[in-house]
Amino acid sequence: MAVVVIKEKCKGCKMCIKACPFDAIQMEGKVAVITEKCTACNQCIEACPFDAIEKTESAKSMCDLSAYKDIWVFAEQRDGELMNVSKELIGEAHKLAGQLDNGTRVYALLIGDDVAGLSETCGAYGADGVYLIEDPKLRHYTTDAYTKVAADAMRLYRPEIVLYGATHIGRDLAPRIAARLDTGLTADCTRLDVKVSTYKDYAEKYTTLDTASLAGMLEAHKFLQTRPAFGGNLMATIICPNTRPQMATVRPGVMQKIDPKPAENLEVIRVTPTLEVRDIRTKVIEVVKTVKEMVSLTDAEIIVSGGRGLANPEGFKLLQAFAEKCGGTIAASRAAVDAGWIDHAFQVGQTGTTVKPRLYFACGISGAIQHLAGMQSSDIIIAINKDGEAPIFESADYSIVGDLYSIVPELIEEWENIQAHFE
Amino acid sequence: MALNVIVCVKQVPDTNEIKIDPVKNTLIREGVASILNHDDANALEEALKLKDIYPETKVTVLSMGPPQAKEMLIECLAKGADDAILLSDRALGGSDTWATSNALSSAIKKIGNYDIIFAGRQAIDGDTAQVGPQIAEKLDIPQVTYVRNFKISGETITVHRALEDGYETIEVKKPCLLTTIKELNKPRYMNIRGIFDATQKEIKVWSAKDIGVTDTEVGLDASPTNVFRSFTPALKGKGKLIDGETSNEIARILLLELKHKQLI
Repeated sequence: MAVVVIKEKCKGCKMCIKACPFDAIQMEGKVAVITEKCTACNQCIEACPFDAIEKTESAKSMCDLSAYKDIWVFAEQRDGELMNVSKELIGEAHKLAGQLDNGTRVYALLIGDDVAGLSETCGAYGADGVYLIEDPKLRHYTTDAYTKVAADAMRLYRPEIVLYGATHIGRDLAPRIAARLDTGLTADCTRLDVKVSTYKDYAEKYTTLDTASLAGMLEAHKFLQTRPAFGGNLMATIICPNTRPQMATVRPGVMQKIDPKPAENLEVIRVTPTLEVRDIRTKVIEVVKTVKEMVSLTDAEIIVSGGRGLANPEGFKLLQAFAEKCGGTIAASRAAVDAGWIDHAFQVGQTGTTVKPRLYFACGISGAIQHLAGMQSSDIIIAINKDGEAPIFESADYSIVGDLYSIVPELIEEWENIQAHFE
Repeated sequence: MALNVIVCVKQVPDTNEIKIDPVKNTLIREGVASILNHDDANALEEALKLKDIYPETKVTVLSMGPPQAKEMLIECLAKGADDAILLSDRALGGSDTWATSNALSSAIKKIGNYDIIFAGRQAIDGDTAQVGPQIAEKLDIPQVTYVRNFKISGETITVHRALEDGYETIEVKKPCLLTTIKELNKPRYMNIRGIFDATQKEIKVWSAKDIGVTDTEVGLDASPTNVFRSFTPALKGKGKLIDGETSNEIARILLLELKHKQLI
């Protein structure tokens, strides 16, 4: 595929240059020319008033796509405990398989040493089966060992789709597997669709995309992987048309778990790994936990978040007091983390955690797009900021223009009065 | 110890500076500077620190991008890198991470004889964190990602790899690829002498042909992933303004509103 300018139609209006997020269009004489910076994002096609820019699709197929079936989820475990994000992804895979309605099954890819007991857990959260790979050499995660056994299994059993949690392990493993299998991988997806119809519904409801171009598109095998790009300024939907498996990482907290129920007829397929000690070129000396518990922002119902407007690390003490009052947890924007006021584990946003609490209090947060990318699906957003022009107010359900240091103490003060008033 | 170190760097738009036009729902790109990607600055710094300790060390910076990326490479030279190579060719345009790693790994093979490859964890324009590991795979060398502490002793490198709730200590032998995060170090600034020296150095520009890759390995057509559609997210729209005479009144109005809606 390539984006090209139809020279005869181009009037030299430069609208495309303005629209291009990647600075990939230049004028040569009176005609726009697409340069090598182009990522085929299509923004210029929509911006051109003269229909002078088009995308050429190349018809090619590099592998027999029909040989691949089922959705796999990398069931990431640490110390024998299944990660929450894996449960969420099994739930998402279960939903997608149901939409496909063509016999697609959901399998957990469970790798480790003595982890068979987690098979039932995978089943409870929606897996139809488990590919189980056990070996003492797989006790700790290593890139080499996990890549080898996972890629070998995928070559043998040919999943159509593979999902990984976008954790520090998932983001280490998935690109390595994708490179070994010469297939595509989409990072940090926030939405997945297997049907054009569900994608169209989503696009109409939540995005600025002109969905007219989706009308009449065949429902054929399309795995539409939507992710923030460009620091969250742009959303891109990625496809992997000609290679399999189609692979994506998904950030924790984005997808929904299903309510666990005992698995029925869980299929467990034991895969014997071919793994030698010399295959593993890194040695894990020790694993050190520095944060007592993983800050559980993804499960929080109420989040009280602070940004640059706090002006100092002590501000988080005030937010902590409010969070304790309302049964919530504190969080932070990148600005506050970069300033060294709070640990990165508390960061919400594009490069932090994605959250969707019932209530999100944004205190002294300007609302940079990176931050919005991590919290805009919160049910209710309350913004408190001195600057009435702060972009956070464009995304807030309730806006308070004022000093958080005078508002938040009053919220703490009044919290119980209000609760008592209603009893 | 004379080490050969390659640092993979990318020139990116400063996404912090980008805003969305709320009326037209388009990106406002005007006046946004192109910068050396943050994590890559940490990658370069770690290589330069090695050179501080072992002056025989040779640091080569490698990038792929349009000719303008030379500006960023000059900055890297001014900070102390010995050599700079830019892969620039229209045939490389539109490469996804798979294709980009083909180009960069081919260039690294051409450079040859390396001990350590540093790369930033991820670039702020794409945020994929995929190119580093994919280069390592194509070179068939070990990788450690999210490196926040680095030590070398003979053939053995000991690093701390950051996890969400701590870190793991990992030993790995040369040659290997390490992706760096900002906790690793504090990048240095350019100095006047460095800037002067940098202007005396030549930046090598290599084409697809120079590194021996074809359109089945690099570029838009070779890339397994394509952009199907792209769009700007719809903003929620301005919400309800809560106002009052005093902070106490504002707090009361807000909490009453939340209570009435059974949100608290």
